[in-house]
Amino acid sequence: MQDVFIWLNDQLLRMQWLSDLVTLLVRDGLGLDPVSRIGASVHFFIYDVIKIFILLSVLIFSISFVQSYFPPERTRRILGQRQGLWANTLAALLGTITPFCSCSSIPLFIGFTSAGLPLAVTFSFLISSPLVDLASVILLASIFNWSIALAYVVIGLVLAVLGGTLIGRMNLGDQVADFVYQSPVSDHDNDGTISRRERLAYAGEQVREIAARVWIYVLIGVGIGAAIHNWIPEDFISALLGQDKWWSVLVATVAGVPMYADIFGTLPIAEALVGKGVGLGTALTFMMAVTALSLPSMIMLKRVVKLPLLAVFIGIVTVGIILIGYIFNATAHLFV
Amino acid sequence: MIIKILGSGCKKCVALAENAKAAAQSEGITAEIEKVTDIIAIASYGIMSTPGLVVDEKVVSSGRVLSVAQIAPLLKEATT
Repeated sequence: MQDVFIWLNDQLLRMQWLSDLVTLLVRDGLGLDPVSRIGASVHFFIYDVIKIFILLSVLIFSISFVQSYFPPERTRRILGQRQGLWANTLAALLGTITPFCSCSSIPLFIGFTSAGLPLAVTFSFLISSPLVDLASVILLASIFNWSIALAYVVIGLVLAVLGGTLIGRMNLGDQVADFVYQSPVSDHDNDGTISRRERLAYAGEQVREIAARVWIYVLIGVGIGAAIHNWIPEDFISALLGQDKWWSVLVATVAGVPMYADIFGTLPIAEALVGKGVGLGTALTFMMAVTALSLPSMIMLKRVVKLPLLAVFIGIVTVGIILIGYIFNATAHLFV
Repeated sequence: MIIKILGSGCKKCVALAENAKAAAQSEGITAEIEKVTDIIAIASYGIMSTPGLVVDEKVVSSGRVLSVAQIAPLLKEATT
């Protein structure tokens, strides 16, 4: 039974068959030695690009189907009925399945806040939404393994709940731009009651839209991954980001925060880093820093919140992901 | 009648604008179609997903590209 599971995992998630196929292609089709530097880079690039696009399409399709049941209006209604820590937890969970990209953070923020949801709940949602989504979980399982994927989710959710709660405790309600509270709450009904055919069409559309948006990040990410994998000396990377270097997590954070990329583009970089002996926590910190905080989304948020609240938000999330990095590095042996 | 299309200029907003125009024509309503692209102006209508359709300052749909047949009754309702 376990053998069957391992086989399914290797073939479906890790796509061992694809790796073998690409090896054949590199060796016989291109005449390159798959273990040589160039051969291995080409293999990494082709294999990872194809794998990520296959997973991306399948995952986004199924996740969008689920998401079509939870438009933001419904999420807001569900959250409005809960209170306290339970509301934060629910917000963090719904953040993982509600359709969301950094471009919709403003309408969501205004929509939630003007409807009277507490800042704590809104921020739990805003933190978890880009950080933890179902697609990243399955990709993590594919590239690393299931226990790492689950640990990532749990920790991401904890960060969202705690971060949101902390922001709520600080009574920063007056740090929101005034017009936000005066915005109307649209009462028209969008409770997710559409036909199955519309849901499938929506899911298909999402795949096209997201693929069109992220393909360049995936190529860049895999390209950087391939470079790290085969061309950058291990000594250099371990001197900067090695497991025994206390500053590695900090370097990963500083490098990752201003960067803007999709989780799909970040994963191959993390994969290559771990392959070079970088601590798991450091790699996860880098991924979280890239996806959770980025310059473009900060600039957008600045339009609806005042600077102190924005600073608190950035501060809490940054400290959170740094802590996660150190905790993961200290406990990595439990997951590998 | 003033019809506003709320959205930051994505393909869906263009499609919705075209459907709205066609719907107005088929209903014989003279309508002026305006595009609202500023994200804060969009959010000030209270919607959280785009594209949004606003008829005479009233939000009638959000997050979906309605077909001509779906928009027509909404326009008719607004004129009565």
